[in-house]
Amino acid sequence: MNSFPWLTLLLIIPAAAAVVVAVVPRRLGTLAKQITLAVTLVEFVLALLATIAYEPARAGFQFAQKYSWIKQFGISYSVGADGISLVLILLATLLVPIVVLASWDEVDAASPDGTPVVGRRSVPAFFALLLALEAGMVGVFAATDVFLFYVFFEAMLIPMYFLIGSYGPVKEQAQRSYAAVKFLLYSLLGGLLMLAAVIGLYVVSADQLGTGTFDFATLRQLDITPGVQKLLFLGFFVAFAIKAPLFPFHTWLPDAGAQSPTGGAILLVGVLDKVGTFGLIRYCIPLFPEASSYFAPMVLALAVIGIFYGALLAIGQRDMKRLVAYTSLAHFGFIAMGTFALTSQAGTGAVLYMVNHGLSTGLLFLVVGFLVARRGSRDVGAYRGMAQVTPTLAGVFLIAGLSSLALPGLNSFVSEFLVLAGTFTRYRALAIVATVGIVLAAIYILYLYQRTMTGPLVSEDARGVLDLSVREKIVVAPVVALIIALGIYPKPLIDIVRPTVTATFEDAGHTDPAPTAPVNASQTGGHS
Amino acid sequence: MSATASAIAGPQVLAQGAQGTIDVPAIQYSALSPILIVFGVALAGVLVDAFVPAKARRVIQPLLAAAGFVAAFVAVVLLHARRQVLAAGALAIDGPTLFLEGAILLFALLAVLLVAERRLDSSGGAIVASAAITPGSPGATAQRSSAEVQTEAYPLMAFSAAGMLLFVSSNTLLIMFVALEILSLPLYLLTGLARRRRLLSQEAAMKYFLLGAFSSAFFIYGLAFVYGYAGSVNLGRIADAAGTVGANDTYLYLGMALLGIGLFFKIGAVPFHSWTPDVYQGAPTPITAFMAAGTKVAAFGALLRLFYVSFGGLRWDWRPIVWIIAILTMVVGAVLALTQRDIKRMLAYSAIAHAGFLLTGLAAANSDGLSGSLFYLVAYGFTTIAAFGLVTLVRTGDGEASDLSQWQGLGRRSPVLAGIFAFLLLALAGIPLTSGFTGKFAVFEAAIAGDATPLVVVALVTSAIAAFFYVRVIVLMFFQEPGADGPIIVTRPTLTYAAVGIGAVVTLLLGVAPQPLLDLAGTAATSGFVR
Repeated sequence: MNSFPWLTLLLIIPAAAAVVVAVVPRRLGTLAKQITLAVTLVEFVLALLATIAYEPARAGFQFAQKYSWIKQFGISYSVGADGISLVLILLATLLVPIVVLASWDEVDAASPDGTPVVGRRSVPAFFALLLALEAGMVGVFAATDVFLFYVFFEAMLIPMYFLIGSYGPVKEQAQRSYAAVKFLLYSLLGGLLMLAAVIGLYVVSADQLGTGTFDFATLRQLDITPGVQKLLFLGFFVAFAIKAPLFPFHTWLPDAGAQSPTGGAILLVGVLDKVGTFGLIRYCIPLFPEASSYFAPMVLALAVIGIFYGALLAIGQRDMKRLVAYTSLAHFGFIAMGTFALTSQAGTGAVLYMVNHGLSTGLLFLVVGFLVARRGSRDVGAYRGMAQVTPTLAGVFLIAGLSSLALPGLNSFVSEFLVLAGTFTRYRALAIVATVGIVLAAIYILYLYQRTMTGPLVSEDARGVLDLSVREKIVVAPVVALIIALGIYPKPLIDIVRPTVTATFEDAGHTDPAPTAPVNASQTGGHS
Repeated sequence: MSATASAIAGPQVLAQGAQGTIDVPAIQYSALSPILIVFGVALAGVLVDAFVPAKARRVIQPLLAAAGFVAAFVAVVLLHARRQVLAAGALAIDGPTLFLEGAILLFALLAVLLVAERRLDSSGGAIVASAAITPGSPGATAQRSSAEVQTEAYPLMAFSAAGMLLFVSSNTLLIMFVALEILSLPLYLLTGLARRRRLLSQEAAMKYFLLGAFSSAFFIYGLAFVYGYAGSVNLGRIADAAGTVGANDTYLYLGMALLGIGLFFKIGAVPFHSWTPDVYQGAPTPITAFMAAGTKVAAFGALLRLFYVSFGGLRWDWRPIVWIIAILTMVVGAVLALTQRDIKRMLAYSAIAHAGFLLTGLAAANSDGLSGSLFYLVAYGFTTIAAFGLVTLVRTGDGEASDLSQWQGLGRRSPVLAGIFAFLLLALAGIPLTSGFTGKFAVFEAAIAGDATPLVVVALVTSAIAAFFYVRVIVLMFFQEPGADGPIIVTRPTLTYAAVGIGAVVTLLLGVAPQPLLDLAGTAATSGFVR
């Protein structure tokens, strides 16, 4: 089945569906929703089948396809999947149908207090944007041509920009415009710096090979002088650090997270931001091995600052969506740390973390979105004691929160443990310091839960708030199931990810440090 | 000085043959056919204006102009393989010339569509004859009912287009100067002929004329210096003279600088840009579209030819200056665009910023830079014509709604129109899958290969700044509620729709499948300039 064009199919289906849905007349909103849901479900099944067809043991890109696109610059349409990109494609295609179902009524609904929304927004356009975004997400992970990657990297900003600007909170027109523009400009600036580095890479390849190329596999073989490597590395790194985002490039994230519609926020933080962390491990490390080693301490420092800074700010937030966005900043710190510890264990943990974070934060945003849909406020103060009236919602909230703080037995624990243990083998002090971040995670999550769910009910009119509807239960069920399943049995995921990560680090010349004190190491592992 | 004395009779230009006689240069008319056709159409247009009744003229004039541009374009296509110097060295037909001629003719054709549109304004097209008559006065009423209605815009455009064609094919500085005047004079006139907001338009025409005259003076002053240095106005001979050591280099550098100023003025590079916003705003919008696309292509073509052919050997001397001008142009264009409240002024500053991006292709000073610039010019021209064409569609009761606040909520009222404009803006911002991105990529790639990496970094940062004001318009159109006195979208202005549609489709095609045009530009550039 390896010659089957899985990835191209995964790309074309949502792109074509986006065009179809975009031309559905406004009054047939339900039809647009149904088409979108059907297409995204088919997409997920396809991605699942592709994952089954994938052979983890084989090196290199699978399902690869390559067609010349712009000959003049050696640009080709070339796609392929390795363990890292495959699990992220799977995550993206899983989250999109969930988002579609979760956003079912969000766009056309009256505002929470019952008054109809002025200047109704187009329902088909919303779902067309979601589909376009899905195509972009698949493309950015599947691309094996650096130029193609850049094209998707930039192109998928546009649907997200419109999702925030047009479909954010109805009453906060100025804020959502601001958030949308800030998001776009930050990403564009990073993207343009990356473009400089991409062109630089092309020029280097033209110098060394005679003809320039953007083919990732070929570019990996280049022997770039350390000085040039450092510059090119910085071009890519800043783009990814803005995208991920890492401290201090993160200031757009809380705004964009708070002003996105629920579905947009889930895809933004759950998948789009992973493009940044994905880029670090897929492009920065293999293309610029020496520069990666050189800059690793700096990146690690930023990562640890991010872990604490994000956690501390999250504790102080009253806006629930902003709070979740700040927790993500802390999580991205862990992912970056795992990536730049440059050990295969931490790297595997980092990739796993990307998937798990997508699930746990996705679930958190879903629950917060449900709450906001019920009460119309993002402020924690509007929700005290909600567990009394919405017990199921409270239960799901707790699971999402516990997953986010990496409770053993839930999915995030596995990845966080791998990241810390893998970092410990090379940077002991750093791993120990970062562990403190877990305590802060417990504080921001439990404090949030305590303020919104426990205690006496906030007001009598909150008595009428409904618990999760059947649709909402269907939305959260698969995520909750995965969070528990991957916590207990993460092996299938690890089996896919680990060979690729190991190969990535080995090709770049980063061997795992020999365990100097095996007894201690195993003890640490046993106690954690 | 002996060279000067002997050249007064112009021997280098005309007499190469036997002593005492003047050879009439053999002119290959076929190779000149694109220019001749357009000149012919312009002259025919004057006659039509004089002898054909007004009603018929409204149909005949645009058809004549369009047919002329199409015929000339066909001639360019038939000539595609020609590489030669013509008319005793006065003109050159080569890859870049033919490529740019083709582009100019296509832009002129689209502009004719915009000018010919009569459905937008209840009182006629965007251009009015005898613009000095106050609107609403008895004179204006009489003017409307009179049979004396003028349709001089078409022959004027044809003259200007012929000047542009001549400009990009001129192989001597004198022809270049003549072409510069032929292309500019009709534009000065056309700028002052706006039906709406006449004072603004006439003021713009006056400014354009005065500043244009200044820049022409700079150009001819530079011409004199260079002639004094090289003893010839032939571009190739100037290059030969510049390659020798010993002569008085001051003349050469002075001349180069002054010629450069004349041409930088035409492309709207900073600090010679101050006319651009006023003229772009004041001119009738279809003319602005023609000017923004056509003049930029023509002037850039001449600039490329001058700097590659005549001063190619001096590139180490002019590159730093071009760097500085490019950086200034990009930064000033992008930053000042941020503060604009008028859509046409904003697009004018955006045109300035784009001139800066184009100059990075010149600063690359290599063959890739040349082909990248050629591609960029075509990509930018189509996008900008479509954008200005779209501006003509968004109107209030008294003309175009050019104030940005009037564009608020356009996305809710006419999503397709606003969607197309958003797409064009994203193309101008250089988002992938649009022609703007491919063009930028092409010139930046050449610039990095030509060791101009810092320039590219500045260009990229400026692109991010520029993105802000493009995106701001999208925010206005889509994220804000329409105002009470929003713009009126007139139904079915077919010609304008066609021009905008063609521009937008080309913008998309050159983003998704740019290879054919890149090949064309590459072939044109590698065959290089003939001397």
